[in-house]
Amino acid sequence: MSVPRYWRNEVPRYRLQGEECSQCGAKYFPTRPVCKCGSTDFKPYKLAERGEVVTWTTISSAPTGFEKYVPYVVALIELEDGCKVLSQVVDIAPDAVEAGLKVEAVFRKVKEDGKEGILQYGYKFRPVVE
Amino acid sequence: MRKVKIAGVGLIRVSEYWDKPIQSLFAEASMKSMKDAGIDAVDKVYVSNMGGSLMQDQLNLAAVMADSLGTPGLPATRIEAGSASGGVAFHEAVQAVASGYSDAVMVTGVEKLSDILPEVVTTGLAMAEEQEYTAYTGVTKAGIAAMIHRLYMDLYATPEEVCMMAVKSHEHAVGCKHAQYPFKMSLQRAMSSPMEADPIHMMECSGIGDGAASLILVPADDEGVEVAGTAVSTDYTSIAARQDPLEMKAIKTAADRAYKMAKIKATDIDLAEVQDDFSINGVLGIEGLGLAKPGKGAKLVNSDDVDKEGKIPVNTFGGLKARGNPLGATGIYQLAEIAWQLQGKAGDHQIPDAKIGVAENMGGMASICAVNVLRRADK
Ligand SMILES: [Zn+2]
Repeated sequence: MSVPRYWRNEVPRYRLQGEECSQCGAKYFPTRPVCKCGSTDFKPYKLAERGEVVTWTTISSAPTGFEKYVPYVVALIELEDGCKVLSQVVDIAPDAVEAGLKVEAVFRKVKEDGKEGILQYGYKFRPVVE
Repeated sequence: MRKVKIAGVGLIRVSEYWDKPIQSLFAEASMKSMKDAGIDAVDKVYVSNMGGSLMQDQLNLAAVMADSLGTPGLPATRIEAGSASGGVAFHEAVQAVASGYSDAVMVTGVEKLSDILPEVVTTGLAMAEEQEYTAYTGVTKAGIAAMIHRLYMDLYATPEEVCMMAVKSHEHAVGCKHAQYPFKMSLQRAMSSPMEADPIHMMECSGIGDGAASLILVPADDEGVEVAGTAVSTDYTSIAARQDPLEMKAIKTAADRAYKMAKIKATDIDLAEVQDDFSINGVLGIEGLGLAKPGKGAKLVNSDDVDKEGKIPVNTFGGLKARGNPLGATGIYQLAEIAWQLQGKAGDHQIPDAKIGVAENMGGMASICAVNVLRRADK
């Protein structure tokens, strides 16, 4: 990934920040240029950092750059504010993941772009320990 | 708008062609369809291909493929729409003839996956997903289908019932000369294969193959196989952005539009080809086409209705799972097979008196979908 492209995504990925439509209140993560209501007027929106697993899978054949993380869990997570995100779920054995598992956002390394490329960081989710 | 018919069909067996470049596969299928149509020239060619820019490092593929035919001057356009490239290219090719702009159009799908390592294919497939927030998670194409598969099982079906989609496709491929895997596969064998992305087993996924398939389109003349309806639809690319992740809106919308154009209902359809690159995707294709109600697709697959003698035979030459899935060519294989059925040229695979066939070809997790309806013209 190129430097400007990475830099553009730093705030949303590091802070789990999306946008809220000023007209209809729809929330988006990632952000989008045009709302479903037609508006292009958005304000920043910080997503909830806790939610629960809706569905998940364990990846064992990984795309380039993710090989050394296998097996890893990717889940569709519904946050406490109703927003949904796709994310890895870490710090748990794949077999222990289940629907309804309570998870929280955590800042982690995501991948390395080869030997001399960017180290990509961002959000992953881990189980909430009460 | 002119009516359009399929005048020629040509294809090669889906296989691994270590000894041939992508040009040869393209030219072989293209020459076959021209020969079948009884013509030696066309006035436009559409090339459907998904991964040439990654797998052959080749941009400007339309020119390179046209070059392989040895006829400089030919207008050529490459269409890429992920796994839906074939269905979308066909949709465009039909419009070129329907509009009156072109009188003989060739649409040839070609894909060569054996030029690269399997893990690069995995990466290539994930390139059809949005990159910065979906592929970024490390999810694969199988992984996204797996998450949907799990939701479907929770509500509607057992793992075995979904897996039967792959078993049925294999049954239909037996004896198919152009199939990559023309043999039966037992439910037990599929269910005991390793997990590709749980709950999807390896033997529920289509494999890696090279292929090329070609069709010639001309103005219709009340004979042969007509294009009755053609439509493409898109959806939010991420399943996280969809209200109901189980609802494949692009399939449904494309089907509704294509049926409206063809003036048919789902119950009028005699046979269907669906995108069973994963067993769950085949089931959702059946539902999206309206052949079964939402949640009832797996039940239909487990009945004899989808068999060769059934009410609505599905994937009559083996589908993506057994005929093979050369990505950008797949949508053209589907339509070529339906054309053969409607022409009565399907040999051992023939459905008696088939009149209307439909092909569902989706890209991403139904972020784009082409639905094309073919009809046997009544004299
Ligand atoms: Zn809005």
